[in-house]
Amino acid sequence: MAELTDKKTSTISLRRKPRWGESIIQGLLFLSGFLSIFITIGIVYELGKEALLFFQMPEVDLLSTITSTEWKPHVNKFGIWPLLTSTLLTSTIAMSIAIPLGMSVAIYLSEYASPKVRNTLKPVLEVLAGIPTIVYGYFALTFMTPLLRQIFGNDTVQIYNTASAGLVMGILILPLITSMTEDSLSAVPRSLREAAYGMGATKLEVAVQIVVPAALSGIAAAIIVGISRAIGETMIVAVAAGAGPNFTLNPFIGAETITGHIVRISGGDLSYDSIDYNSIFALGLFLFLVTLTLNIISQAIVRRFREVYE
Amino acid sequence: MKEKEVIQGFSNNLNARNRKGVIWHIIFQASTLVGIVALIALMLNIVNSAFGYVAYEARVDPDTFTVDGVPLEEQNKEQLLTLLQSELSRGAYNKLNNEEPFEERSRENVFQLIVERIIRPKVVAVWDLWPSLTQVDEIRATVAQDFPTAELDFVSWLTYDFVTRPQTSEALTAGVRTAILGSLWTIFFTILLAFPVGVGAAIYLEEYASDNWFNRIIQTNINNLAGVPSIVYGILGLAIFVRTLEPLTSGEIFGLVDPTTANGRTVLSAGLTLGLLVLPIIIINAQEAIRAVPRSLRNASFGVGATKWQTVWSHVLPNAMPGILTGTILAVSRAIGETAPLVVVGASTAISFDPESPFSKFTTLPIQIYQWTARPQAEFQSLAAASILVLLVLLLSLNASAVLLRNRFSRRF
Repeated sequence: MAELTDKKTSTISLRRKPRWGESIIQGLLFLSGFLSIFITIGIVYELGKEALLFFQMPEVDLLSTITSTEWKPHVNKFGIWPLLTSTLLTSTIAMSIAIPLGMSVAIYLSEYASPKVRNTLKPVLEVLAGIPTIVYGYFALTFMTPLLRQIFGNDTVQIYNTASAGLVMGILILPLITSMTEDSLSAVPRSLREAAYGMGATKLEVAVQIVVPAALSGIAAAIIVGISRAIGETMIVAVAAGAGPNFTLNPFIGAETITGHIVRISGGDLSYDSIDYNSIFALGLFLFLVTLTLNIISQAIVRRFREVYE
Repeated sequence: MKEKEVIQGFSNNLNARNRKGVIWHIIFQASTLVGIVALIALMLNIVNSAFGYVAYEARVDPDTFTVDGVPLEEQNKEQLLTLLQSELSRGAYNKLNNEEPFEERSRENVFQLIVERIIRPKVVAVWDLWPSLTQVDEIRATVAQDFPTAELDFVSWLTYDFVTRPQTSEALTAGVRTAILGSLWTIFFTILLAFPVGVGAAIYLEEYASDNWFNRIIQTNINNLAGVPSIVYGILGLAIFVRTLEPLTSGEIFGLVDPTTANGRTVLSAGLTLGLLVLPIIIINAQEAIRAVPRSLRNASFGVGATKWQTVWSHVLPNAMPGILTGTILAVSRAIGETAPLVVVGASTAISFDPESPFSKFTTLPIQIYQWTARPQAEFQSLAAASILVLLVLLLSLNASAVLLRNRFSRRF
C-alpha cells in the first residue's frame, strides 16, 4: 500500500528534483567567473600591501615622493617626477602620431575605401597589432634611433632617447585606435549619410561633419584606451628610451619611464623586502590605478554618450 | 538676376569644396600608406640584420694543429678525436661523449666541435644584408686592411642549427633551442590555467548568471582586467606565485628540490602569470562565441527534457567551440609574445640547459630577444633579428591556424 502511494506520487510529482551533479557544475562555473574578481582583489591587496611597506620605510616619505624631482634609490631619493615626466613625454609623442594617423586611416577605411581595399588593409592592421612589443622595441633601437640621429645629428640625439621610443609606440597604438574608431564609424547608419548627400554635401563633409560627430563617443573611447595603453607600454621604452631616471622634457636624451624602471630594477635577482622590491609595487599600483581610471572613463563615455540608432 | 548670383556663388563655392575634398582624400590615403610603410620598414629592418657578411678571427690559429703536413681541414676523424681529447679537459670530453658517443658522431660533427671548443672563432665585424649585397668590394677591402687574419663569410644568422642549438655566450654558436623550449613549457601552463577557467567563466556569465549587481560587477571587472598593463600582472605574479606560493612553484613540497635553494622563479610561475594575463581575453572571446549560438538550439534541447548542463555540454559548447578555440589561439599568441611580465617574474639571464620540469628555471623567446637587443655588439643585434624571425614565424602560423579554424568550422545560423 505504502509502495503504491509512493509510486503514484513519484509519477505525478512536479517538484523539482535536486540534481547534485548540476549544482556542483554550476558552482565550479561560478568559481571560474569569480576568479576574475579574485585577480583584481589580488592586484589591489598585494600591490597595496607592499606599496604601504614602501611608504613606511624610514628612507621614504610621501610628501617628497610627490614633490621631489630626483629618483635615486641608491641615495634614498624617491621623487616620482622624473619617471612621470618621461612617461608623459613618450605617451604624448605616441599619441600625437597615433591619433591623427589612426583617425585618418579609420575614416579612409570606413568612408572611402572600396570593400576590396578594406578587406586587404584590415588584415595588415591586424598583423601590426599582433606583433609583440619587444619587436617594436628592436625596431625603435635599430631603425628609428639611427634615423633620428641622421636627421637631427648625433650630437643632439642620444643613442637612447624618448623620441624614438614614443614614435614607435605611436605605430604600435595606431592599429588599436584605427580598429576601434573604424568600428564606431561603421556603426553610424547609412541613412544619415544618404540624408547628408541629399542636402548636397561632399564626401568629405559627410565624413567629417556627419559621421565623425555621430561616432564621437566611440572615437573618444578609442583615444582614451590608446592613452592607457601608451602609459602601460613597457618593452619599447625598456629597450629604446634609456636606463636611468632623468628629469627632462627634451625628447632627444635618454630618460626612464615608470614601466622601464620596473623592468630594469626587477631584471636582476631582486631580493625580497628590499627598498627596490617594495618600490616596484608602489609604481605598479600607481600604473594600475591610472590605467584603471582611464579604462573606466572610456567605458563611461561609451555608455553615456553613445548615439543609439535603430 | 539675384537668383543667378546665388547659383554662381554656390558653384564657385562648390569648386573650393571639391578641392578640399580631394586634398583630404589624399591625406587620408597617405596616412594609410604611412601605416603600411611602417610595417614594411619593420620587416625589412629585421631581415636586413638577420643576414650579411661576418668577419671573424680564430682565437687559436688552426695552423698550429697541422699534423705531418696535413692541415686540420683534411684530417680524418681519428686524428680530430685525438686532438679534441688532448685539448679539452677530461670532464668536458666525457660530457660531450655522454651527450652523444664519439663513435656515433660523424667527422663533420667532430670537426664542428673542434671549431666551437678549440679554435673558437671571434666575430670582429658584422655587416647588414643591404651593404653586403651592394658594397662587397668595400667590405673585402676593409677586412683586408683592418683584420688581415680574419675570415670573411656571408652568414645567415637564421639557420636550422640556430633553432636547434642551446644558448651560448658566443655569437657564432648561439642558438634559441633553450628559449623555444622555455616558451613552449610556459605556454603549456598558461593554457592549462586559462582555457578551462576562461571557458568556465564565459559559460557562467552567458548561460547561468542572472542580471543582478554581482554578475554585472564580474562582467565590468573582466572588461577592466583586459586593459590592465601586462607589467602589473608581472608584479602580481612576483608577489603571489614566486614569493607567496614559493614552496609550490619551486617544487619544494613535492620534495624535488632542496628547501634551502628553492626558488619560485620557475616555468610554472611564469606560465601561471601569463595565464592570469590572458584569462580576461579568453573569457571575452568565449562569451562572444557562446552568444552567437542561437536561442532556438537551447530551447529545442530543453524541449526534449535536457537539463541545463546537458544543453550546454551537448549543444552550446560544440557549436561555440570553433569560436572559442580561435579566441584562445589569439590569446595564446599574445602570451607567447609577452616579455615584460616575465622579466619581472624573474626569467633567467643566461641559461644554456633546457627546461625539463615545471620547476626549471626558464628563459623564453621574447626574453632572449630582449637580452640580445640590449647588448651593444652588432652580432647580438643580428642574433636578435634572427630570433625575431623565429618568433614571428611561430606567431604567424598560430594566427593562420586561427583564421583557418574560423573559416573551416564557423557556422552561420
